[in-house]
Parts: sequence; C-alpha cells; structure tokens
Amino acid sequence: MRIAITSTGNTLDSKIDQRFGRCAYFVVYDLETKGIEFIPNPNVDALEGAGPASVQIVAARDVKKIISGEFGIKVKSLLDSLKMQMIVIKEPEKTINEIINMLNN
Amino acid sequence: MSPRPFILRKISDPPVISGFKPYGGYNRGENEIIFLHLEEYEALRLCDYKMLNHHQASLMMAVSRPTLTRIYSRARKKIAEAIVMGKQIIIEGGKVYFDSEWYSCNNCGCYFNNPDKMNDISECPLCRKKDYSKFNNIIFESEYSSEKKESNKEELHENSHHQYR
Repeated sequence: MRIAITSTGNTLDSKIDQRFGRCAYFVVYDLETKGIEFIPNPNVDALEGAGPASVQIVAARDVKKIISGEFGIKVKSLLDSLKMQMIVIKEPEKTINEIINMLNN
Repeated sequence: MSPRPFILRKISDPPVISGFKPYGGYNRGENEIIFLHLEEYEALRLCDYKMLNHHQASLMMAVSRPTLTRIYSRARKKIAEAIVMGKQIIIEGGKVYFDSEWYSCNNCGCYFNNPDKMNDISECPLCRKKDYSKFNNIIFESEYSSEKKESNKEELHENSHHQYR
C-alpha cells in the first residue's frame, strides 16, 4: 500500500508541510517495497484549485492514505468519494523520517 | 414555542454529476426543472443503490428512521414526476453537510477518517495502536453546511417574528 506525506523539502530530514494543496513536495512511500519517491508540487503558487490538482497527482500514483497537517474543503469531499484515508498530524516539527518509522512499526 | 431544531443530513458520497436532461420528445422548449435535493439523492443512493434498509440508511445520514422514509418518498416522487413529465433533474440544495467519520488517536495525537464506511476502523493507521476515540469537531464540517445553518437560523428567526405579531 502506498502512502503520501506532504513535505517542506526533498530530504528525509525535512518537516511535514501543514498544508496539503500548496505543500512543497509529496513523499510517496510504499509500505511493501519500502521505496520512497519525492514529487515536487507544481501547485505551490496556484491561486485557486491547488487542492484538487494535488489530489490528481497523488491519485495517479495509486495512493490509499494521505498524511498532512490540514485538508481543505474541496479536497475533503473529493478524497471521501475517492475512498482515500486522510490522516491529520498537528505537529509541524515532525520529520518525514519519524513518520516513516512510525508507519513501519 | 420555538420550532423543533432542524437536523442537518449527513452526505457521505456527493453525486458525481449535477443532473439529468431528457432527450427526444417534442416540447423541448419548455424544459421544466425538478430540483432533487442532495439529501434525497443520498437517500436514494443508500436505499436503492446500496440496498440498505431504511433503518441502516437513517443511521448513515444521522436522522431518524421516519425522517429518512419521508426524504426517500419525496425523492421517488420527484424522480417519477421527472420521468413521466419529461422534466430535467438538477441535483442541488438541501440542508446537508458532507462528512465521513473522524477519529483521533490517543497515542500519537493524530486525526484520521474512515473512508470505507462499510468496514469499521480497527487500529490507528499511523502507530497501529488500538487506543483511539471518535472525534467530533466543527472544523471538519464543510462550508456548505455552515452557510445553510445560518440561512436556516434566519428563516427561523423570521418565523418567530411573525408569530409574535
């Protein structure tokens, strides 16, 4: 199963991004193969519709769960209909490495 | 006496299209429109597509069983009218909110929802502990419902005003 995490940078030490649609990078982590992929988000400076466009990016990679700090209104109903699970972490200091370690436990 | 408070209906799966148009027929110019409310769409989806009984469907929409039956019968009446009279159907309106069930983990402090409504959650998806509780918060309620709530309140206010006159 693949899990997407929003990240502020493209290293494992970078912190989780508290926004979903306009985050800097998506980290797609594969639980089975332990593969990690960093995807730069083209919607960082989008004025409108960054959320749905970002959903398209992660949905194209067959992601089943998304970890972020917050999800907007457009995104929430969209993810509900796509049957993707949203996980909200309200700790901006958490690094990608820590989250991946939690997922591996 | 103040009127009984209106309970917002919960929609778990919004419709993928916004309506239907009839084709064929001769009196195309006078296309009348039937507004199928979102709550009626949801009742129809649960009862006729998911094949739930009215009690199960009422739990999914967070209303009572008699209320669900009334919504459902309204939905059927509207759709029948649209088909028989060759009218357009537009799915919109209704006092609803969109939501799935949210939970909070007591171990790692994260929040998560349950996208698959047919199966219950068994563990926290992040730390795999079974120490989680149900989470109710207004921040996850959609903008749509808060707007509707306000308009509803205004209506109620007007109504009570009339009574006192």
